[in-house]
Amino acid sequence: MARRSTEILTQTPQGLYCPLGDFHIDPVRPVDRALITHGHSDHARSGHRSVLATRETVLIMAIRYGEDFAGSTQAAPLREDIRIGEVTVRFTPAGHVLGSAQIAIEAGGTRIVVSGDYKRASDPTCLPYEVVPCDVFITEATFGLPVFRHPDTRDEVKKLLDSVALFPERAHIVGAYALGKAQRVMALLREEGYDRPIYLHGAMERLTEFYKSEGVPLGDTPKVGATERGSLGGAIIVCPPSSLQDLWSRRFPDPVSCFASGWMRVRARARQKGVELPLVISDHSDWDDLCGTILETGAGEVWVTHGQEDALVHWCETRGLQARPLHMLGYGDEGEAEEPFTPWVAMEQSAP
Amino acid sequence: MNRFAALLDRLAYEPRRNAKLRLLVDYFSHTPDPDRGYALAALTGSLMFKEAKAGLIRGLVEERTDPFLFRMSYNYVGDLAETVALIWPGPDGDIRSTDGGPAPVGHNHPPLHVPTLTEVVETLATASKSDLPARIAAWLDALDETGRWALLKLITRELRVGVSARLAKTAVAQLGSFEPDEVELIWHGLAAPYEELFAWAEARGPKPESNNPAPFRPPMLSHPLEDEDFTKLNAGDFVGEWKWDGIRLQAVAGLASDGRAVRRIYSRTGEDVSRAFPDLVEALTFEGAIDGELLIVRDGRVQSFNVLQQRLNRKAVTPKLIADFPVHLRVYDILTENGQDLRDLSFAQRRKRLEALVTRLDDPRIELSAIVPFSSWEDLAAARTDPDSVGAGLDADAIEGCMIKRADSPYLPGRPKGYWYKWKRDPYLVDAVMMYGQRGHGKRSSFYSDYTFGVWRDGPDGEELVPVGKAYHGFTDEELGRLDRYVRNHTVNRFGPVREVEYGKDKGLVLEVAFEGLQRSTRHKSGVAMRFPRISRIRWDKPAGEADRIETLEKILKRGEKEIHPLKDSQSKGPPP
Ligand SMILES: [Zn+2]
Ligand SMILES: [Zn+2]
Repeated sequence: MARRSTEILTQTPQGLYCPLGDFHIDPVRPVDRALITHGHSDHARSGHRSVLATRETVLIMAIRYGEDFAGSTQAAPLREDIRIGEVTVRFTPAGHVLGSAQIAIEAGGTRIVVSGDYKRASDPTCLPYEVVPCDVFITEATFGLPVFRHPDTRDEVKKLLDSVALFPERAHIVGAYALGKAQRVMALLREEGYDRPIYLHGAMERLTEFYKSEGVPLGDTPKVGATERGSLGGAIIVCPPSSLQDLWSRRFPDPVSCFASGWMRVRARARQKGVELPLVISDHSDWDDLCGTILETGAGEVWVTHGQEDALVHWCETRGLQARPLHMLGYGDEGEAEEPFTPWVAMEQSAP
Repeated sequence: MNRFAALLDRLAYEPRRNAKLRLLVDYFSHTPDPDRGYALAALTGSLMFKEAKAGLIRGLVEERTDPFLFRMSYNYVGDLAETVALIWPGPDGDIRSTDGGPAPVGHNHPPLHVPTLTEVVETLATASKSDLPARIAAWLDALDETGRWALLKLITRELRVGVSARLAKTAVAQLGSFEPDEVELIWHGLAAPYEELFAWAEARGPKPESNNPAPFRPPMLSHPLEDEDFTKLNAGDFVGEWKWDGIRLQAVAGLASDGRAVRRIYSRTGEDVSRAFPDLVEALTFEGAIDGELLIVRDGRVQSFNVLQQRLNRKAVTPKLIADFPVHLRVYDILTENGQDLRDLSFAQRRKRLEALVTRLDDPRIELSAIVPFSSWEDLAAARTDPDSVGAGLDADAIEGCMIKRADSPYLPGRPKGYWYKWKRDPYLVDAVMMYGQRGHGKRSSFYSDYTFGVWRDGPDGEELVPVGKAYHGFTDEELGRLDRYVRNHTVNRFGPVREVEYGKDKGLVLEVAFEGLQRSTRHKSGVAMRFPRISRIRWDKPAGEADRIETLEKILKRGEKEIHPLKDSQSKGPPP
């Protein structure tokens, strides 16, 4: 007898929960047994009794939280069925960051896919997304508005290289999330033939080393020395987004502030952050890929976890798909979450 | 179009003037004619076509998108052109793959033709109104997001990328390694796509002739007078004039080759603004070029800048507007007359020619700017503080200081040293309390460099601070460092790039703010908006409780309003003088 989807997966304050297997997926609070889709801090938290995730995600969590981030850990092999209680789970690449996986849960002939975060655009630093046909597809909607259509990353990287060529005396500082985006930007630069050293903010170092040890070729990536900053005119430097506007960035020669993010598609956002060279490079699906993926899974039912849920739910309904927003709290990628809207700022902008 | 779009995209985010200049020079040197010429025309506001209305664009996008999704997107993005540029569906409909597979490869779309900037400009100039929507839609289909954004901004005439006409011309000058003023001098004889100008800049052709009978000539500008100048300068070498709080204009009249009179009014930067002042154009019944200040004069009395602004703000120049806000040119120099270039003459000689011309014209719309008599700097200081005392009479309120000019100075373009000085009236000062700090732009993006400040007023729970303005200059780099640290160390709240700092009767930082004037404003909580506010001093020593109250500003405001409604005011105070 086919199981109802809500018997297989429910919502608890900790996050999505599978009662038939007694585990949570990407829980936001400590639980007994957690299945983790990928290493971003909003999905992978420390303090669980046991963690099941891909080998890479387990290693990433150890780098970020220390070896003892969970009571016990188990590496999930890709594309293999794992029996947990009354359900079968399977990890399949999600194309989001190194080690990221969708988790399929099957019981009584019903299959639910929790996609975590995912993208369809090519990424030299991780395995590509694989479509998993399912009955219920659980998706994010970080960029779930039709204005978000990510351009070809090659053109974005070319913008950066053109600027370096035109302003060879200025330091180009690229803000990028420490896990995934930073390494993808570096890999894209290498693909375009950039062979000079790419300098790293200290906070990027360990994860970048990890990517290299996993066989992602990133070339020479020295850490920026404390006294060296003033002499890096013409160099490309990668740092966490928060460092872009910090005291740290002031010491570089006439810096060009660049930011690699899907949010850079909207001009007001880029301006609000004082960005001078926005690079629209995202590790999330854009609108077209969210919609396309939903159709490709063949799911008749769609749950939307976080982001612009209303627009995506509306779109599903116009396609005759059952859809509901989960309004899940606590997700949003390490700063790629929405900044709170401030009426004060809006007022200032309209003032003469 | 893609190249031009990429340029605009980059310019829109780049705050530094020199970097903008380099982007422009790079574009001009790598883009062929006639595209670069039309780009120059777009950036200098010289393109001739009827703009597309927002309603047309909206109509096009509404035919192609889900109304709910469009509304959500528009609310999110906040700008119509940008929303349309981003949401415009690709050739396959609203998503890349609608049939379950990756984007279909074998789909035979006719290849889309990406328009050049030249095609866009030429089509807009010639296409009939009924053709326009289909043309625009086809372009939007062919362009990418940045291309669509640039196209929409161009055709709706909302191209605001922080590039002045002057900067664009400077870029062309740099291409040819000549002075920007050389471009300025021939500019009004040229037309898009400026092929002969670029040929000259690239040393492939001769300098284009200016065959404009009423060309703009770069104005002569002054230096602010510094304290130490008084010991160096000899009062006897100089002539004094009032510095008017108006708009500097150049009025030029000449004869075309067919004998027709050509009359033009230019802004200080060479923009042709004749259309805004038909009443003044009418008065240019001479042949030559004169330099002066645009003022509103009612019943023989010069009105304040606030009043002038009311005329400038209006788009449509109606007979009523002209009658309510009569413009006058208060002239102080003459550059040419009857085909003779007077710029090499001395100021004193030019002044004689100017006086003769104004007498001959005998038109109340063109009046001489009076000479301020003085024999020592102390005399002039007194005149500057109290213009009325030396006969400025009813005009005293529209005077913002003095100009002093060497009697022997030729008329030189730009800001030559040692000839003309301005000595402004002291600004208004108010002691206010810092309330918010905001991150700056460009070089200052890592500093909290924009400060919102408030003054005290009575609130429901006793005295409270109400924000009255925002300033982001007036301090040294070293002071900026201290202010930045102050904001960081006294933050009580964060809103994106804005931090609220600690303030109250016994805590907070007092800023002495200098400003040029006040206007009523419904957009500000306090009801007032400041003109050119800047930080004149940081009062680390002063307790916040001793900062000024809103009444101080109200008083200044009332003084200004007397000038806007002189009749209303005079009724309450007896007959007009
Ligand atoms: Zn993620
Ligand atoms: Zn996420």
